[in-house]
Amino acid sequence: MSSARSEILANIRRSLGVNGLESPRKLEVQSRLSQKPRGLIPSRGAGEVEAQLNIFKREAEIVSAHVHILDSLNQAPAEIARLMKSHDLPMALRLGADQRLNGLDWSQAGLALSFGPSKGDDQAAFSHAFAGIAETGTLALLSGPDNPTSLNFLPDVHFVALAQNDLVSDLETVWVRLRKLNGDHHLPRTINLITGPSRSADIEQTLLLGAHGPRHLHILIYRH
Amino acid sequence: MTQHPTSTYFKDNAHRALQNPQLQKALGNSRKGFIERRAQAAARLPEFEALRDSARDIKNHVLAHLDLYLETYEQNVIASGGHVHYARTSEEASQIIIDLCKERGARSVTKGKSMVSEEINLNAALEKAGIKPIETDLGEYIIQLRKETPSHIIAPAIHLNKEQVEADFRKAHQHLSPERDLSQAPQLLQEARAILRQQFLAADVGITGANFLIAETGSSVIVTNEGNGDLTQIFPKTHIVIASIEKLVPTLEDASQLLRVLARSATGQDMSVYTTLSTGPRRSADPDGPQDYHVILLDNGRSSMLGGEFNDMLRCIRCGACMNHCPVYHAVGGHAYGWVYPGPMGSVLTPSLIGIEKSAPLPNASTFCGRCEEACPVRIPLPKLMRHWREREFERHLTPAVARSGLAFWAIFAKRPRLYRLCTSIAMRLMALAAGEKGLFTSLPFAKGWTQQRDLPAPQGRTFQEQWQKVRGNQ
Ligand code: SF4
Repeated sequence: MSSARSEILANIRRSLGVNGLESPRKLEVQSRLSQKPRGLIPSRGAGEVEAQLNIFKREAEIVSAHVHILDSLNQAPAEIARLMKSHDLPMALRLGADQRLNGLDWSQAGLALSFGPSKGDDQAAFSHAFAGIAETGTLALLSGPDNPTSLNFLPDVHFVALAQNDLVSDLETVWVRLRKLNGDHHLPRTINLITGPSRSADIEQTLLLGAHGPRHLHILIYRH
Repeated sequence: MTQHPTSTYFKDNAHRALQNPQLQKALGNSRKGFIERRAQAAARLPEFEALRDSARDIKNHVLAHLDLYLETYEQNVIASGGHVHYARTSEEASQIIIDLCKERGARSVTKGKSMVSEEINLNAALEKAGIKPIETDLGEYIIQLRKETPSHIIAPAIHLNKEQVEADFRKAHQHLSPERDLSQAPQLLQEARAILRQQFLAADVGITGANFLIAETGSSVIVTNEGNGDLTQIFPKTHIVIASIEKLVPTLEDASQLLRVLARSATGQDMSVYTTLSTGPRRSADPDGPQDYHVILLDNGRSSMLGGEFNDMLRCIRCGACMNHCPVYHAVGGHAYGWVYPGPMGSVLTPSLIGIEKSAPLPNASTFCGRCEEACPVRIPLPKLMRHWREREFERHLTPAVARSGLAFWAIFAKRPRLYRLCTSIAMRLMALAAGEKGLFTSLPFAKGWTQQRDLPAPQGRTFQEQWQKVRGNQ
């Protein structure tokens, strides 16, 4: 072990007046790590399904995302084609390997599909969210082959599908669901919590959309 | 090398700042915005004040157990395939990063915004080693072109006007048509976006800071609005995180509590656009992300602050609210503070990190109005901590002679209350007469530094003690 490491730890312990072996301290740390107390959760995101959907929509729109509510994910190809035309974009769309999206019927959409991570020249991409957080209108996306992280940042327009079932009230519920899915120590490499399209206010405090990431974020919430 | 400080010249720096019309115009753009947006965000969330308590308590808990959380964090970074390096000083941290870059044959590195990288003066060290650092946060990119340091911890180019940015872009991007229109902010943003896009894809190493390090999972968390910190870590083969040791939090739940007060206090957003958790290198099936993940944990004097007078300062989550609410910062901007961290948090932290002898004026750069403490999401008693520095400074005889003799003079009166009352009541009446009808002094002998910028309201002819006697007598 490096001397910097042992010196820093020793200095911390000297300052705190401890030696690192005291069992009450260790117990306190272990219990916090295992019990993971939830702290104070604002009530804003709470509510039954339909109410939560409305809260999510309201919050996402406050931060300039566009929210579209579909009865079924099967409507996504037509909806995306329509939105791409309205943005005057070339009719090409990049997706990952998520079967929920790739398995849709794209034949009528008039879109040229490509698959896999983005190399920086895609104008539009389509991802599937792991969860949506009503409290702040935030999407949670997980890295991996299904939804490569590069799709969240490189395209000008990002479409994200969100199942109504995956709407939760708060961030803490996302962690609970992730642990259930993966066990305690297996987060994906990257978790992106996305709240609206990219922006910057670095020039004279003027807020501008589309700094390095997408200029437009379209969230397609589907009921079934 | 640590950034070379000019904090001892605060007075001259401040004077120059007040005379600089460009800077005063730029500061005028921001004064109200930050305060109003934070107030609105706080008002929209009934639980906001209670969340500040929760945030404070989490940080206190971590600091009291920092050794144990560091060990847990380290284990979990390693378990997820990453590497942890410890650095006692700025020089050690820079050297570790340079070695990692050299081992990988890196010629250019992209950087997300990181105050710790400013603290260790990483860019200068990289350049000296022949590696080209490219700042990718728009504000950081602009000030890198100008060879300046950030003047605000979350809005690094807040001291500039768009005309200055336009001139910088024309000078730096000479391959583009000189005829192009850059008169508006969106055009400037568009140009920076296009240029930096190429850099993201070409860089060998990406360096980001961290807002939080999560012990439970070994994750680092960054919070941005632009997405540059993400592009910085997706494309290069290696992702290096540089963070100071007090960034630890125990669990994902604890990070979530802190996130709720961070963005609201900083920009008045409920959440920043991108909150990203990075855990180790890419997994075997992942089609993108770095193949290599390294975290450098910097001490640089922090471990000595623990448990002492300045322990509370280590709760800081670098939101910038204290400077956004500071009348001194509003008047002089960030550069006058002379080192990396400006405003009230800088006035406390800078002396701890570089020594009070190199920054003696900073704890005095305050009106002690208390707005910084009122705004601080983790309730750091900033005025009290500044006072601690002033006391220490006085003990060590770093206080300027004028202040010392003033205090000695004051002590004569303080020990003789009758003499004090007599003199003050005569003085008050004289001053009220001298100020005339407006009741304001537009200039005062010995106090030009004050009256040049503002009028001093004159006393109304009675001392506080006299009025107090009267009020008490009436009851
Ligand atoms: S001292 Fe408080 S208000 Fe200032 S930057 Fe730190 S956390 Fe924010």
